[in-house]
Amino acid sequence: METTASFLPGAAAVESLSHTQISQCYQCGKCTAGCPVAEHMDSPPTRLIRLLQLGDVERALSSDSIWQCVSCQTCSTRCPKSVDCASILDALRQLAFERGTVSPSQHRTVIFQKAFLSNIRRHGRLNELELIALFKGEVFLRDRALPVLFEDADLAPKLQRRGKLHLVGEQVRDRGVVARIFARSLNGGAQ
Amino acid sequence: MNLGYYPGCALHGSSNDYDQSLRATMGALGVTLAEVDDWICCGATAAHSLNHKLAVALPARNLALARQQGHEQMLAPCPLCSMQLLRAEQAMASDEKLRAEIEVIVEAPAGVGPRVLNLIQVFENAGLDRLKSAVKKPLKHVKAACYYGCLLVRPPAVTDFDDAEQPRSMEAVVAATGAATVEWNYKTECCGAGMTMASPETVLELSNRILSNAAAHGANCLVVACPMCHVNLDMKQAAIEKRFDVHYNLPIYYLSDLVGMALGLSASELGTQRHFVAELAAAKEA
Repeated sequence: METTASFLPGAAAVESLSHTQISQCYQCGKCTAGCPVAEHMDSPPTRLIRLLQLGDVERALSSDSIWQCVSCQTCSTRCPKSVDCASILDALRQLAFERGTVSPSQHRTVIFQKAFLSNIRRHGRLNELELIALFKGEVFLRDRALPVLFEDADLAPKLQRRGKLHLVGEQVRDRGVVARIFARSLNGGAQ
Repeated sequence: MNLGYYPGCALHGSSNDYDQSLRATMGALGVTLAEVDDWICCGATAAHSLNHKLAVALPARNLALARQQGHEQMLAPCPLCSMQLLRAEQAMASDEKLRAEIEVIVEAPAGVGPRVLNLIQVFENAGLDRLKSAVKKPLKHVKAACYYGCLLVRPPAVTDFDDAEQPRSMEAVVAATGAATVEWNYKTECCGAGMTMASPETVLELSNRILSNAAAHGANCLVVACPMCHVNLDMKQAAIEKRFDVHYNLPIYYLSDLVGMALGLSASELGTQRHFVAELAAAKEA
């Protein structure tokens, strides 16, 4: 009853987080046909769902594709069986993140999202420069390669000229409540 | 008309030209925007990817603030914010246990409303006929590809707005400005969204498809109602041209830019001179 979804075994955890029935999928492939990034995926949406149906949750959780997904919602929109495929991918990302099974080749995306959340937790609103610094720093430390530090560096003066660069970001007044919302949500529930 | 306003982080950050544009245009239409006091980030893709509960809680906190501040309707001009707000509202409405839990998490009671509106809906509510009769400078020189991207219309179970595959609502607003629109194929394809930093190549590839299809169908600009779409198509356009050895030079307007221009607002009032791709030269002849 009090078990959080993330500790349920296998596909049940995915269903519980995504509020959708994996068994409903009859493998028509419409999700993959409409997916704008399917051609780059090791397991495109149709196959991810098949893996879950067959109980091979581990392979789905360590796939590259769950992090290549751009969350465009086309798969869920076009599914003739109303399987909410985009939410299944959200669930797989959360489980892979929590269980530490993120595919090593996809760490940039995870680093970005982690940096985004830590930024929000601190300020209540996004501070773009701080996010960029945190993201680049972490990617650099992980890859020990310089290029990431210079990616899009040419844009900074152009953004500055257009009044789009904020050296000091915004903070909400009630940062205490933001911190508490994060603490309670990340602990799996209210307390 | 009085509207609650949830700008979201992008419009207070590097997409502040969108904020400027819609504030100016709403002002010209007599719509008063009241920004939700002390709003917080909706959590965006990071929250819905990494923590389901946070993805409901952060928008739920904002809905509660807006309700406490008396807003019955609220403009959320970023479609990702808008979708997350609608999702949170629906998730709590359909799951009593979750609603009780979220009330504790966000330290505020759940409730009904405010009604979350996207930018197109605000123009529709203001009245397209009224808009048409208020036009001072019909945009005869504009041939726009209306680009909806993903989350204005998807997933329809959440957004409940227009047609998910063949939307027409933006074309109707643009037509009211006297501009022409083109028929094209990529109006609801994804631009790469929030992958701008995490996976730049994804954005270059997907956004290139959109620009190339708009150009092939004779558009001389694109119109968007999403800050991320604007970043990827406008700020990244030079990088796209370089990567694929193509040349587009297609200005990317926010929908509020076109409406504002037709109402007689200047580039500096709307902030269109702050875009990366230079604006269309206005029609020479009257």
